Amino acid sequence: MAALKDIKRKIVAVQKTKQITRAMNMVAASKLKAAQTRLENFRPYAIRFMEVLSSLALRVDAENHPLLAVREPKKIRVICMTADRGLCGGFNTNLIKATERFTRDKNKEGKEVELIAVGRKARDYFRKKTRLVKDWADVFGKFDFTLAVNISNEIIPAFIKAEYDELYVVYNEFVHIAIQRPAVIRLFPLPPIGKDEDVDPVRRIEYIYEPSDEILLEKLLPMYVHVLVFRALLETSAGENGARMVAMDNATKNCEEMIQSLTLKMNKARQAAITAELMDIVGGTEALAKS
Amino acid sequence: MADELILEVVTPEKMAFSGKVEEVTVPGSEGEFGVLRGHAALLSAVDIGELNFTREGKKTYFAVNTGYAEVTSGKVTILVETAERSDLIDRERAKRAKENAEAKLSKMSKEDADFELIRAALLRAIARIHVAEKS
Repeated sequence: MAALKDIKRKIVAVQKTKQITRAMNMVAASKLKAAQTRLENFRPYAIRFMEVLSSLALRVDAENHPLLAVREPKKIRVICMTADRGLCGGFNTNLIKATERFTRDKNKEGKEVELIAVGRKARDYFRKKTRLVKDWADVFGKFDFTLAVNISNEIIPAFIKAEYDELYVVYNEFVHIAIQRPAVIRLFPLPPIGKDEDVDPVRRIEYIYEPSDEILLEKLLPMYVHVLVFRALLETSAGENGARMVAMDNATKNCEEMIQSLTLKMNKARQAAITAELMDIVGGTEALAKS
Repeated sequence: MADELILEVVTPEKMAFSGKVEEVTVPGSEGEFGVLRGHAALLSAVDIGELNFTREGKKTYFAVNTGYAEVTSGKVTILVETAERSDLIDRERAKRAKENAEAKLSKMSKEDADFELIRAALLRAIARIHVAEKS
């Protein structure tokens, strides 16, 4: 009888777990939707920004700007972006592994690599192993463009002062709700701005520039960094919630399976108990009849 | 095309405004400038300040953060980091932010690394309060 009670207790426990995982799945789903909306809302800004930047690059020689300066890459910095919280499958681990792989490759080439962490999981993992140049933890709960500006304000001056020569960002590329992929992009030196020759003819006309086109470009390039960083943040945040949604969905399904097999086991145990009891009674009456 | 003027105010978070207007006043980095339809093509940096436009005879005010403005024939695109419409500004919060920034600034010298950041925060708060009073 004890076994029967144990199984019952286990079923109740699994049911409670299932309730939690289902709730987490739903929370992640709604957060994912919000994150996707933000990604979509950001697109017009990013597209228009790139249009203006490339039309400006047509006119001004941007190659000499310090943010585009190509130096012999001896010192490299890598920003690792992960989520703040776990329970999202292999999401954080994949990003951390991608960062480590990248770091190892660069080390093999004889380059010095320093790390910057964004997201608590990245910070907690890397600060045990190495010294972080800078970290931002617990930021994904509620973040806006200011976070991208803050990160940029940290990395831009250091690059201009040549404290390091190249900067890469390991972030999550949001392909699809169920597909999260760690991706690496080079942030500094900034990739040459596409001098798109097929720009909208409207933009080909002569502009009046206020202030001059060079100064304007100087103002726009840091904004370009903000745009790139913000995009990576948004994609990582959307990916985190997508990954959590899928992980929790699987967990809920596993709970259901477990409940099913436990129920079966419980029924068998109950059946066995009834049979045993019947045997007792039958054995008893038979013994009585014999006497 | 040329007989109308379309304004788009775009921030990273959302399209703050999009529609036909009669006149726009932009806080350019070299001073405020107005745009009417048929304005020459222009690209200008935008500073923290007040953006306003007239739509069907009614004026609307926005407090904007830095960015830039692009004017092409019949269209004005404003790309700024934030844009808040005057009636949606939390006046109390803006006031607190202003006092906070002033208190910090009074203890700093111009050489401090954060001086420019705090100064920008102060300017933003002042612009927000200024714009909020117009609603």
